[in-house]
Amino acid sequence: MIEASSGVANREISPKLGYAATLLLAALWMTPFLWMLVAAFNPHTYGGSGMASLVPSYVPTLNNFAEAWASADFPRYGLNTAIISFGILAGQIVMITLAGYAFARLEFPGRTLCFYLFLLQLMLAPVVLLVPNLATIAKLGLYDSLLGVMAPYFASAFGTFLMRQAFRAIPRELEDAALIDGASVCQRIGFIYLPLAKPSLIAFAIVSVTSHWNEFLWPLMVINSPDLRPLTLGLASFTRGAEGAQAWGVIAAGTLMVSAPLLIAFALFQRAFVNSFVSSGIK
Amino acid sequence: MADTVLTSGLARPQAMRLAAWRPRRQTMLAFSLLAPSLILLTLFTYWPVIQVAWQALHNQIRIGGPQTYVGLANFAALFADAAFRKALSNNLLYAFGTVIPSLVLALGFAMALARSSRVNALLRSLFFLPVLIPLVAAASIFLFIFLPNAGLLDYHLAKLAISGPNWLGDPDIALWSIMGLTIWKNAGYYMLFFLAGLQAVPADAYEAAILDGANPWQRLRYVTLPYLKPTIGFVLVIGLINVVTQVDHVFVLTKGGPSDSTNLLLFYVYQQAVESYDAGRAAAGTLVMLALLLAISASSLRTLERSFGEREP
Repeated sequence: MIEASSGVANREISPKLGYAATLLLAALWMTPFLWMLVAAFNPHTYGGSGMASLVPSYVPTLNNFAEAWASADFPRYGLNTAIISFGILAGQIVMITLAGYAFARLEFPGRTLCFYLFLLQLMLAPVVLLVPNLATIAKLGLYDSLLGVMAPYFASAFGTFLMRQAFRAIPRELEDAALIDGASVCQRIGFIYLPLAKPSLIAFAIVSVTSHWNEFLWPLMVINSPDLRPLTLGLASFTRGAEGAQAWGVIAAGTLMVSAPLLIAFALFQRAFVNSFVSSGIK
Repeated sequence: MADTVLTSGLARPQAMRLAAWRPRRQTMLAFSLLAPSLILLTLFTYWPVIQVAWQALHNQIRIGGPQTYVGLANFAALFADAAFRKALSNNLLYAFGTVIPSLVLALGFAMALARSSRVNALLRSLFFLPVLIPLVAAASIFLFIFLPNAGLLDYHLAKLAISGPNWLGDPDIALWSIMGLTIWKNAGYYMLFFLAGLQAVPADAYEAAILDGANPWQRLRYVTLPYLKPTIGFVLVIGLINVVTQVDHVFVLTKGGPSDSTNLLLFYVYQQAVESYDAGRAAAGTLVMLALLLAISASSLRTLERSFGEREP
């Protein structure tokens, strides 16, 4: 459950009328999830009016899951998605740490220009530049490879800014002390800055993994082999196949399986999720 | 500064030499730390922009074939293409029709659920859930919701003796259906920012307003909204960037149809590049998108800069 952050007693904000409307909308917001759950366990798999029911079946079945599991290689897709998401994260952590340190602690000519150059990437998501980026990926020999999906995301302006903020909050005296002891830049970053910036790193990791876990269009461009598909691509092609057969129960089961990992992660670490999404926007 | 501490004890000429040397060393260090990021940003952000501008002015008969300069012909062809004009106007309508309702709903949710309680925490999570599922997964569910006659919407409307429309098949309705999905998906995300923003409103401001006899509407207008201005600005920017860069649901739900009624800019560019192999027109379309994104961001550079940290400590 998402907790309100501590602080102001917000009694004066909440209007009663708005609360009633919000409850109504909450029911509306819940409906797609409710249908997904009911349909996934519904013995009426195919078409028909029974399919639109929001009342759970008396005899729930796992048949839809079995059929979805058999008709698409979900474990393989899941593995590919995990490799992509965590591979991107690993590359990003190295790069945003280095660049974040440079922006936070070093004086150099062109710093403002560099800052604006980085800012530019926030607006030009790699997916907008998919045509030239696909050409670049092909030239690098990375077409139809997981690395090709990952490469454009290793450098992250957002992550760099997040780390820069975190590093600037760390007292300079700590680094000076290490400097006098003869620690190299890498040692200072690795032993002083990184450990102290852990909360920001976790926040970045959650936002990064969530967004790349769910990504569709860029992998669609890069990946050709069915074996290399991430979950999103697998689900889209699976849905296309099952839609023709009107196998709505199977689609619901497949969708539930694909959505489950992040939903479970959220259930386990709600506070961390919410804090990281908030800190990704407002500092 | 570490440099001052370390050089202050040295003889003067030596200190001066060091003082001149240190900044240069800092510069070299800075650029070697920035190099990995700068190289990749050049490869996947700056260079592609230049490439797109070049491609937009050239035609290529076949992939890898020679490119011939055609001036603005690609743009002329682009704007002469009814499908592109439709995608452009669709995207504008889609932007206004999703960002503003999502923002208003998000603000409403945040205000209604600001008070801490178990039920409110549960409701906040409920509104946030759609953010966590892939857009293609959301689209798979909505495929059934929008199914004509037997689908969730039409089936239940029929019980109320309302004959529901063909949500995705009717060109007059399809884009609005897709907008409904987008609002469902994003409102909970924006709600988080408003929940955080509301924490910054001092309780005394409300107490003072109540003492002055302000009604709830006046409290919203003169207390809450002024404090939330930066949040509203930020949500607007990310919302607008999202409506240009996210088209996953179009793939699953409509493929841009019927008769281009749900085509959006990025999907149009994808079609030109992947289905029509028209690199020049795809590049021209990309440039239009870039211009829109830069206009959105430039108008809110102050907001972005504030959100991602001021330049100087």
